[in-house]
Amino acid sequence: MMQADQLPVWAALLASALVLLGAGFTVIGAIGLARLQTFYERLHAPTLGTTWGAGGILLGSIVYFTVAQSRPVVHEVLIAAFLTVTTPVSLMLIARAALYRDRAERNPLVPPDDASQETDA
Amino acid sequence: MSASILSWSLLIASLLLGVALAIAAFRMIRGPRAQDRIVAFDALYVNAMLLLLLFGIRTGSTLYFEGALVISLLGFVSTVALAKFLMRGEVIE
Repeated sequence: MMQADQLPVWAALLASALVLLGAGFTVIGAIGLARLQTFYERLHAPTLGTTWGAGGILLGSIVYFTVAQSRPVVHEVLIAAFLTVTTPVSLMLIARAALYRDRAERNPLVPPDDASQETDA
Repeated sequence: MSASILSWSLLIASLLLGVALAIAAFRMIRGPRAQDRIVAFDALYVNAMLLLLLFGIRTGSTLYFEGALVISLLGFVSTVALAKFLMRGEVIE
């Protein structure tokens, strides 16, 4: 295991750039979460943090540990794969639940229910 | 040289993620509806997981990675349970 000051400069620069990119995307997504007006717009903003935000930080971590331990360290791919699978599922579930609630109280801002969706509640 | 590059950029990235956590907490407190709080909670746990990964890079230890994996697993399960509760009024029917 190499200490941080023995790390080659290119590896430190690459890992730093990826980590900063990821954190920047995450904070842009959070700003969108705070500033967008309706719920259905706000739903899109945090996905910036789960795609490029998480991707940048995970890639930076892969670069750092691979160079520091002088062997391929790719266990971060587990988190990346898991986030890629789970984020659309959870956001679809939240969006359907919100749509169901808005339709139940007859909110005029959402499109009305058509008959084909009566069966698959 | 490379240690200072890495420590400064990790510090800046941690501060940015802290800001993102604060904004998500603000949205979770402010609402206005339950679904907004759930989306904010979803963003909150992803940001906390990323912050834990940054701690892992800073300390050079892969122990934090397991913590991040557990957060992402349990966070997904709890988001799905909350969305199910909003939809049906019960988590397990």
